[in-house]
Amino acid sequence: MYNRLAEYQVVGRKLPSEKEPVPKLYRMRLFAPNDVVAKSRFWYFIKQMRKLKKASGEIVACDLILEKRPLKVKNFGVWLRYDSRSGTHNMYKEYRGMSRVEAVEQMYADMAARHRSRFRNVHILKVVELEKNADVKRPYIRQLLDPKLRFPLPSRLPKSAGAGKKVFAANRPSTWY
Amino acid sequence: MSQNEGFKRFVELGRVVMVNGGKDAGKLAVIVEIIDHNRALIDGPSNGVPRQVASYADITLTPYVVKGLPRSAGSKVVAKLYEKVGVQAKWEASSWAKKLAARKRRAELTDFERFQVMKLKKQRRYEVRSKSAKA
Repeated sequence: MYNRLAEYQVVGRKLPSEKEPVPKLYRMRLFAPNDVVAKSRFWYFIKQMRKLKKASGEIVACDLILEKRPLKVKNFGVWLRYDSRSGTHNMYKEYRGMSRVEAVEQMYADMAARHRSRFRNVHILKVVELEKNADVKRPYIRQLLDPKLRFPLPSRLPKSAGAGKKVFAANRPSTWY
Repeated sequence: MSQNEGFKRFVELGRVVMVNGGKDAGKLAVIVEIIDHNRALIDGPSNGVPRQVASYADITLTPYVVKGLPRSAGSKVVAKLYEKVGVQAKWEASSWAKKLAARKRRAELTDFERFQVMKLKKQRRYEVRSKSAKA
């Protein structure tokens, strides 16, 4: 499965000096399309939080973090901070998917759709796998946790109908399943 | 539920589905877990369909259900229950599967076989028409 983003662990520190021969290490878990962007975002965030910038520091490690159980369906809670047109707000959203990366991709798409916010406007504060169903707060995810969940697919348009591809068709497609 | 009235095939745990396209086109798999309104986790260990996420647009629901499948069951459990319910035999006996097999066979015919088919159809046509002309 191709994912637009990947999760990276970036570890950086201030450059060693006489005053501080072994500086403190700072570690961040980020979501970025590649390791170049991951390192760049590391500097962006670390500059906001500590007296550390790319010119005065170094990246010690930048490793890919893979999903531990990519075939297990999980519920994720995402805490984020985003800039709207008139202010900045905190949000908590929930997503259901197979991996942290997938949940984050859903979140960016969701934020773009519902709030017109772009990648640059969103800061991910925390992504947590909700292990217990009781921890799931949002009704749009709770409805999918029903053990006896079942629904039909009404009004289904099969791909053979050629939606968007066929210019002419002999008959109207049947949507009954 | 009254809103489910009239529908026969549901997206549910244990529903047998047919994969529409790709490497495993035409093979059967079972819905192991529903992810959301667009995707489900399917698995077809008896047919060589690997455990994967499938969008409802990429699969076709069949009338068969593997009852008693626990949520998020492992491939071994799915294979065992699939054999126990005997889905593959029921599927192969259905006219849907037979039609698909006939279509596939027709596409594989060689030129000589097509000639043979033409001859047989001609013969059948002649016999039916001559009999009905007499009647």
